[in-house]
Amino acid sequence: MQYSEKVMDHFTHPRNVGEIDNADGVGTVGNAKCGDIMRIYLVVDENDVIVDCKFKTFGCGAAIATSSMATELIKGKTIWEALEITNAVVVEALEGLPPVKVHCSVLAEDAIKYAIADYLKRSGRPVPFELPEDDDDHHGEEDED
Amino acid sequence: MSRFVYADNAATTPVSPEVIEAMAPCFSEVWGNPSSQHGKGYEAKAALDDARSRIASCLGCRPDEIYFTSCGTESDSWAIKGAAALMKKKGRTHIVTTKIEHHAVLHTCRALEKEGFEVTYVDVDSDGIVKMDELDAAITDKTALVAVMYANNEIGTVQPIREIAKLAKSRGALSFTDAVQAVGNLEIDLSTLGVDMLAMSGHKIHAPKGIGLLYVRRGVRIANLIDGGGQEKRKRGGTENLPYIVGLAKAVEIAVARIPELDKVREKRDRLIDGLLRIPYSTLNGSRENRLAGNVNIGFEFVEGESILMWLDMAGICASTGSACSSASLDASHVLLAIGVPHEKAHGSIRLSISHETTDEDVDYILETLPPIIERLRELSPLWEDHLKTKRN
Repeated sequence: MQYSEKVMDHFTHPRNVGEIDNADGVGTVGNAKCGDIMRIYLVVDENDVIVDCKFKTFGCGAAIATSSMATELIKGKTIWEALEITNAVVVEALEGLPPVKVHCSVLAEDAIKYAIADYLKRSGRPVPFELPEDDDDHHGEEDED
Repeated sequence: MSRFVYADNAATTPVSPEVIEAMAPCFSEVWGNPSSQHGKGYEAKAALDDARSRIASCLGCRPDEIYFTSCGTESDSWAIKGAAALMKKKGRTHIVTTKIEHHAVLHTCRALEKEGFEVTYVDVDSDGIVKMDELDAAITDKTALVAVMYANNEIGTVQPIREIAKLAKSRGALSFTDAVQAVGNLEIDLSTLGVDMLAMSGHKIHAPKGIGLLYVRRGVRIANLIDGGGQEKRKRGGTENLPYIVGLAKAVEIAVARIPELDKVREKRDRLIDGLLRIPYSTLNGSRENRLAGNVNIGFEFVEGESILMWLDMAGICASTGSACSSASLDASHVLLAIGVPHEKAHGSIRLSISHETTDEDVDYILETLPPIIERLRELSPLWEDHLKTKRN
């Protein structure tokens, strides 16, 4: 799979890799069947600002690059601003992804949502948005040749 | 990038200088149409006949049992559909094959299912060898064809084709083997093998892409592939691709002559396997003994194959996650799933396919490059993180 320079940069030098022991929110999405699992950790201050975030990803080059870019994009933003970051924003920031890999960016968006929902639940607040369902077949049938 | 190591010979191979040299006159001098009734045509016809005879003597069959095609997939597809059409007339509408065939075979069978054929996909054991008792049980008096690959493209396991052909024959069914990965890697003698049809491809053995062949035993009248002129005994019309046919003949001769040298390839393969299995949580996929001389397929737990390939590529090493044909697919390899490898391990498997050209230095380089890549990717992996936590507790 040929990737953009930006994707290669984030794949070879992923930003914000790691785990946070006392994270305020953690979101894990994906499953081994699809070959992608993404986990995002958030540290959120009293103003709902994401002051730190880290990720761990099992997956292809695109999965690693989108996780890295997603953490970059949400860092310093409020959780409400972070929720505005769709997969399309991540793809654009990465200067594009091959069509077959776009689902990786969806996974990144989902991981953020789950991490934020986890933070809200832990702080005893309602989750005013819907969480995407974990779907085994989110990438559908691909043609092989 | 300082080093380049090509370890993806099961995907394709470079055309060898001898093959290029053998083909060259077919572009500049022997450019006639083999069907033409004049000197230029006779010259081309002689080159065509010569190439066919040489290949036949390498494979142990008669020249008129060889049909040139454009690739292995064409040969696979023709053999199966051609045999299906022939046997349907005899009331046989069932095909037996395995779960680890190349997509050229699996998708052809799927297409025949849509036309009303019944297909049984027989299991393989955890070593990747077809279960003979299941194969035996699958064959009925409706079975038209038993199609089992000679050697698997992903895990390199070699099937007992002689026994399978014998079994098929005893039950009145035809037998076919996809030998795309086998030619040049195993001794093949069609005079004793017993199969009715065998497919091979040129570009896996240093001939160009765009040439393959189908062996069809004399007397087995499979349906025509292309109706047209009288080429290939009217079964596959179209002017013969003479340069590539001549190149294929050269490539087959060289590949067969070098079979005794495969011991050296096997040594390097074993060194690779032993070295890579030193990486914690790694497993060899497929039988260790019963596998092609150049095939290494190893699963690394907690990491994903494409990421490994990307780092290898940046280090100048070409490898694969299995079949190059499925690289656009996100599903785990059907071959690895068939031998019982769980999904996440299947996703973390890579294939290294080495050749006569692979050097000891290449092997050393792979062995020193891969372990840190796996380590780096595990540091990124939530599965590894979870594993370490479970271990600690």
